Amino acid sequence: METGVSTGTAQRIGVPREIFPGEKRVATVPEVVEKLIKLGFRVAVESGAGDLANFSDDAYRAAGAEVIEGAASLWATSDIVFKVRPPSADEVGLLREGGTLISFVWPAQNPELLQQLTARKATVLAIDSLPRTLSRAQKMDALTSQAGVAGYRAVIEAANAFGRFFNGQITAAGKVPPAKVFIAGAGVAGLAAIGTAAGLGAIVRANDTRAEVADQVVSLGGEFVKVDYEEEGSGGGGYAKVMSEGFQQAQREMYAKQAKEVDIIITTALIPGKPAPKLITAEMVRSMKPGSVIVDMAAEQGGNCELTEPGQAVVKHGVTIVGYTDLVSRLSRQSSTLYSSNLFRLTEELCKTKDGVINVNMEDDAIRGLTVTKEGNITWPPPAPKLPTVAPAAPKPAAAPAAKKGGHGHGAASEPMAGNKLAIMFGVAALLFWFVGANAPAAFLGHFTVFVLACFVGYMVVWNVTPALHTPLMSVTNAISSIIAIGALVQIAPPQGTTDWIRWLALAGIVLTTINMFGGFAVTHRMLAMFRK
Amino acid sequence: MNDGLATVSYIGATILFVLSLGGLSNPETSRRGNLYGIIGMTVAVLATVLGPKVTAAGIPYIVGAMAVGGGIGVYAARTVQMTQMPELVALMHSLVGLAAALVGFASYFDPSSSLAGAEKAIHEVEIYVGILIGAVTFSGSLIAFGKLNGKIGGSPVLLPGRHWLNLAGLLVVIWFGREFLNAHALTDGIVPLAVMTAIALLFGVHMVMAIGGADMPVVVSMLNSYSGWAAAATGFMLNNDLLIVTGALVGSSGAILSYIMCKAMNRSFISVIAGGFGTGSGGKPAPKGEAAQPAGEVVPVTALETAELLREAKSVIIVPGYGMAVAQAQHTVFEITKLLRERGVNIRFGIHPVAGRMPGHMNVLLAEAKVPYDIVMEMDELNDDFPDTDVAMVIGANDIVNPGAQDDPSSPIAGMPVLEVWKAKTSIVMKRSMASGYAGVDNPLFYKDNNRMLFGDAKKMLDEVLAALKG
Repeated sequence: METGVSTGTAQRIGVPREIFPGEKRVATVPEVVEKLIKLGFRVAVESGAGDLANFSDDAYRAAGAEVIEGAASLWATSDIVFKVRPPSADEVGLLREGGTLISFVWPAQNPELLQQLTARKATVLAIDSLPRTLSRAQKMDALTSQAGVAGYRAVIEAANAFGRFFNGQITAAGKVPPAKVFIAGAGVAGLAAIGTAAGLGAIVRANDTRAEVADQVVSLGGEFVKVDYEEEGSGGGGYAKVMSEGFQQAQREMYAKQAKEVDIIITTALIPGKPAPKLITAEMVRSMKPGSVIVDMAAEQGGNCELTEPGQAVVKHGVTIVGYTDLVSRLSRQSSTLYSSNLFRLTEELCKTKDGVINVNMEDDAIRGLTVTKEGNITWPPPAPKLPTVAPAAPKPAAAPAAKKGGHGHGAASEPMAGNKLAIMFGVAALLFWFVGANAPAAFLGHFTVFVLACFVGYMVVWNVTPALHTPLMSVTNAISSIIAIGALVQIAPPQGTTDWIRWLALAGIVLTTINMFGGFAVTHRMLAMFRK
Repeated sequence: MNDGLATVSYIGATILFVLSLGGLSNPETSRRGNLYGIIGMTVAVLATVLGPKVTAAGIPYIVGAMAVGGGIGVYAARTVQMTQMPELVALMHSLVGLAAALVGFASYFDPSSSLAGAEKAIHEVEIYVGILIGAVTFSGSLIAFGKLNGKIGGSPVLLPGRHWLNLAGLLVVIWFGREFLNAHALTDGIVPLAVMTAIALLFGVHMVMAIGGADMPVVVSMLNSYSGWAAAATGFMLNNDLLIVTGALVGSSGAILSYIMCKAMNRSFISVIAGGFGTGSGGKPAPKGEAAQPAGEVVPVTALETAELLREAKSVIIVPGYGMAVAQAQHTVFEITKLLRERGVNIRFGIHPVAGRMPGHMNVLLAEAKVPYDIVMEMDELNDDFPDTDVAMVIGANDIVNPGAQDDPSSPIAGMPVLEVWKAKTSIVMKRSMASGYAGVDNPLFYKDNNRMLFGDAKKMLDEVLAALKG
């Protein structure tokens, strides 16, 4: 054991038992205890903290943690406390003055809790306030990891309440049709549910107001059900002006239709800070087949189904409506493991020096977002994330052109060029222009101006051409370049007279260019007529 | 029609040409774009014919010549197969080049020019350069036509010391250029002009002969660019702004296409023009087989099994290549697409910028087969989607799906952007044999665990797949 590492200054992480009724998770599992000790911390666990998630005190001891009897002494001796649920008022009272707490906090919903914590001069990192859009924050994203667990469990609860197989089977006794599952909302929980239900062999359909998740739904084996609304509006706009009354009407119709067809509905629709939208009406429940199941994952926020009773499974109109609010706790070992790895990743970010002391670096976007109080001062909500002014001045030159190339527009042409290269180019161009200007007669310069400007116009126009039309572009430019015919035309019979020689040359020129002219335009026309939607 | 009217008509024509190119930014507007081009050309020709520089005596000649040329052109455009588009375009470039050269000669012999001093010198430089570009375009395009047509072998012909040959040719051209400028009498200039034309013709042949089949898209767009520059040079020669502008438009268009094509192959323009593939060391063939032999088994499948895979797939990406064009398989591909789409399969096409033998070649073929263009995607649009794709079907393409371009720094095509078909759950490669592509590089894709090979003629195999899918 490496307990010898700087025990003098090392901070102590305390893991209390969760006291919220029905909460079975624990904030740190033995496996993570070991990793935290490797980072230089000392770890204390309240006796019995992991019991409900099947982690015994002995397992924690074996991992190197100190097991402490009683919450009071644990909180009192811990510099940093790892928790799952937001602390109760009592627990806040136990927190050491100036201590650090890492936990779910929901600062928007719990303003008074925030006040209590500041009174303790605490530093609080709310794992739910993580800026999820930062890609490096994904490893710490506990909302995602817990939602994934909940989505999985929702399907398992549905399967438990459902009286049939999920997968279709052909048995000696006859054919069993596969269960049809409809999942409302394709967020993390919804996607996990889709994957799980598809894995069990059900036919899975899903809907989300965000059309862009359709691909994800399909990739997990689901079928994306569109709200049949975009057809009637402008046609081109699609979802742009979503959630209009008409859209909601169409959405209700779609849900009503699905309710009649499917065996199982799992709803995951949540709107941050508001009661869950009522998607499934009592009428729809009545229309479902007897024995069907609804799992309402939004039960805690009031439920997506009108008949949901939060925390319970009830049977209404022959349909089992599961409104458990503790889906995550029902898979406590798994959810604890994931949650504690999220916390460990966060601790790594907080303790880059690996000396067992955390540093809440407010310059770091991820940590800034997480920190809701710092040494007794409320720092929530965080300022809008800074634009990436920092280091990445050269944003991956290799990737940028590839990404832009497909786009149509001038952007593709004007990737920023290295400064000195640009300077050289300008220098060469200036020299060239000087040479031309110094030597050429005025008449030539007029044409030269036209030429240079035309090159630029061509450059601008052609970058806008979609790659799919490159072949027609070539044939049309080819046709246009037969403008050279004019050269031949003016030679064939000029007012000042000409020789036969020239006339024949010009005649040949006209024939050649008109082949091109007519052929080029005709073939372009033929090609373009084929492009269709 | 007086001078002023003619000039105004030319400006109108110029605007129409710009609009014509602008219209091609979108398939919706492209047809109108083509119409603008036609109107612009009509305006330009009429303004010239009715303008002050053409007398009535010329009109019968003009009408006759245009009738002949137009007839041939329209006939060719009507009868050409879509798979032969690259050949047709190359051939047309050669016509522009030849016409530019002829106009240059005619302009030189024109007795009416009364220029002197610097203006005369400039005029003669313009003639010289105009004929030079015209001749290179002409012979180069003819060779490109031959190569695309299969009349000339596709592999690069690399003469020993070819770079020196080119350099010597250039020096001779410059030297004769001086002679040409110093010539006092008309007849004195003929010899330098003839020598230069001959060298330019040879140079065009030599340049395109040295370029491999896979680089053809670059060559075709480069020649497209040259034909524009030839027109611009003619414009300078004749003091005609319309020619200059149009030539510059076409020239820069071709140049941009060449640039895009080079980018798509991760090669510099110079190295493409210098010829060969993976060379630079003069005439050494591509290091075939030198790169580590890919490990693993090649797993062949039948058309029946392919159909089975497609039937179970939820999302399919088809990557067509030149092989599809050769086998004329695009219509069958469309039939399969239609069938799968009716069954709710998310089927899309992934087009590599250099797939085929000219820019946008695959798009035209698929359009011909009535594949809707909104499921035909560019490489960058769907390259990230392969991991979520059940079946990626590669039809007659090779180098553009070679994972070696990403994994193997020693590969001759290292760094070239490729379609990542191997990330799909299953990839199926349709190919006639295990032969390597134009780049002469072995393809590790064929040996991947999740790859299947469907050997045979693409059309025949796809017909069988279609039959199996229907059955």
